[in-house]
Amino acid sequence: MSEQVTPIRRIAGTAVPVRGDDIDTDRIVPARFLKEVTFDNMGEYAFYDARRSEDGSLNDHPFNHYTGANVLVVNENFGCGSSREHAPQALMRWGIEAVVGESFAEIFADNCTSLGVPTVTLPADDVEWIQDRVEEDPDVAVEVDVEDEEVRVGDRTFKADVDPQEREMLLQGIWDTTALMRSNMDLVEEVYERLPYTSGYEE
Amino acid sequence: MSERTLYDKVWDRHAVKELPNGQTQLFVGLHLIHEVTSPQAFGMIEEKDLDVAYPDRTYATTDHIVPTHDLSRPFGDGQAEQMMQELEQNVKEYDIEFFDPDSGKQGIVHVIGPELGLTQPGMTIACGDSHTSTHGAFGNIGIGIGTSQIRDVLATQCIAMTKKDVRRIEWNGSLDTGVYAKDIVLKIIQELGVEGGIGYVYEYAGDTIEELGMEGRMSICNMSIEGGARAGYVNPDEKTYDWLEGREYAPTGDAWERAVEDWRSITSDPDAVYDDVVRFDADSLEPIVTWGINPGQSIGISETVPDPRDMESGDRATAEQALEHMDLEPGQMMKGVDVDVAFLGSCTNSRVSDLREAVRVIERMDGEVADGVRAFVVPGSQGVKRRAEEEGLDRVFESAGFGWRGAGCSMCLGMNPDQLEGRELCASSSNRNFIGRQGSKDGRTVLMSPAMVAAAAIEGEIVDVREVL
Ligand code: SF4
Repeated sequence: MSEQVTPIRRIAGTAVPVRGDDIDTDRIVPARFLKEVTFDNMGEYAFYDARRSEDGSLNDHPFNHYTGANVLVVNENFGCGSSREHAPQALMRWGIEAVVGESFAEIFADNCTSLGVPTVTLPADDVEWIQDRVEEDPDVAVEVDVEDEEVRVGDRTFKADVDPQEREMLLQGIWDTTALMRSNMDLVEEVYERLPYTSGYEE
Repeated sequence: MSERTLYDKVWDRHAVKELPNGQTQLFVGLHLIHEVTSPQAFGMIEEKDLDVAYPDRTYATTDHIVPTHDLSRPFGDGQAEQMMQELEQNVKEYDIEFFDPDSGKQGIVHVIGPELGLTQPGMTIACGDSHTSTHGAFGNIGIGIGTSQIRDVLATQCIAMTKKDVRRIEWNGSLDTGVYAKDIVLKIIQELGVEGGIGYVYEYAGDTIEELGMEGRMSICNMSIEGGARAGYVNPDEKTYDWLEGREYAPTGDAWERAVEDWRSITSDPDAVYDDVVRFDADSLEPIVTWGINPGQSIGISETVPDPRDMESGDRATAEQALEHMDLEPGQMMKGVDVDVAFLGSCTNSRVSDLREAVRVIERMDGEVADGVRAFVVPGSQGVKRRAEEEGLDRVFESAGFGWRGAGCSMCLGMNPDQLEGRELCASSSNRNFIGRQGSKDGRTVLMSPAMVAAAAIEGEIVDVREVL
């Protein structure tokens, strides 16, 4: 079974800044939207509550204004909380193709990788500079370079970090780990046979 | 890099192969699924025309959306009903054992795994739920995964992972009356931060942890994820084996002997190498409560809410937002804050020992739920519910005015009809106080131990449970 997908080297476009540390997955997609059995509509639910004011009307949340942006710029520990893949699914289906931030919760970053959405880290000052710049000029060109580990904003270039494994997966276009791991099923069977508990510790 | 820890040993046993991207293909010994995060994964394998590789290693239950008061079908909520039907269809199609409400074994996935003896030392355990770390209390690697990874486990019984560093968190000393495992873990998160554990697996150790029962250890491992750590564990010991012996899925007879022998061999060696060690003193620990919107924003019950102006710039903005949301002022105490709802449940604290301790508080206070307070108890599983009823705990709760419900996640995340309304403030034994977590986007959550929740329900405000015990 071959499922090679196109490698992801760089993503160019415009950005949307969402400020704040520890933005959790409940805020990215409130739990009540998890009742849908497919991810199809998730894009509509990205930051659903955060985007609305008391009376239900849209407020000044960046997701209401930076429509068309494809790079999300966040601060520290973004995506903490539950393991729901609905969170990156919602962002991706809204239009996000890469996330740039100071740090990411692990499950969230893993979930992004399995969707082919790079999570790229930068020092706090650089992130804030980028957020300021994008707020000043929402049309400023932004490029996330996974290969060279850089983020370019207008005419400035920032050194960024991409997790080495994540980088490999994106560059080789092999984030479909199912296909990758299925080629080792004989070895899996060996481990299954060897582990004492899979047979209930029977001899 | 760590060496000779339980994490290293269990990892090595389950490593299938190094993948071209540098990750390790890791065999998953026990895969648990529930209704919310699995349907999309089944959809994905169906789309690719794949089968479930090892259906005997996957078990299913339903917890997130099940109502806790009226289980008659179809469920009142059409979407919940559809989710349930999807799961029923998937387990049937792929021949997966399903603990549904009729089985008498249904409950929160992290409660029933240990309760049924499915969760054992030395395993790798994965579930599409971040609190899979709970299982680590039995000395295994419990990892929360996303839907694409569930697809991987279904199709290959493996996940692709990078090995983490190991931080040993040592607690020594003894806990004061009214101070619990929950306070230990809230303290860890307060000290190390909600992102402090990123890149780490936590090993909880020291005489305080050894003194705790298995249920307390589960509460601690449960909230590893709130501290940023993907997994957390306690080395198995006699208490672990005693707790597991005789449980439905635990080995028996000679197999049991062989199992225990094997489990002894996978504990961390005395000369194990850790990437980091942090020490805490249990003697000085007091009940902890949160004041903010993440589990790290907490204080001791005798302390006052901090002033954002005293914080570093990064923490300041979140703290200001938290105080505004919670409607609290710097310098005020959490003690005395009015509560509207008291929720006793969730995979952190819904086991028999939690309910017993809450009952002890109710009996000591000899009171009833305060006027205007909505209080209810949601046992973590049907098994817990039965045990509690055998002990008569339900009668104490009910005569004090607490609702006594069926098993499930309930108001931990408000996906079923149990939800906060408007700006209600909830004293909660759960694990997350994120904005909107309990079903209302304006609702407020204060995390605390089950004993503290019981006391708050009766006083109608947050109290220091040490004063009533
Ligand atoms: S009780 Fe809460 S934290 Fe635990 S599995 Fe259910 S929703 Fe998740």
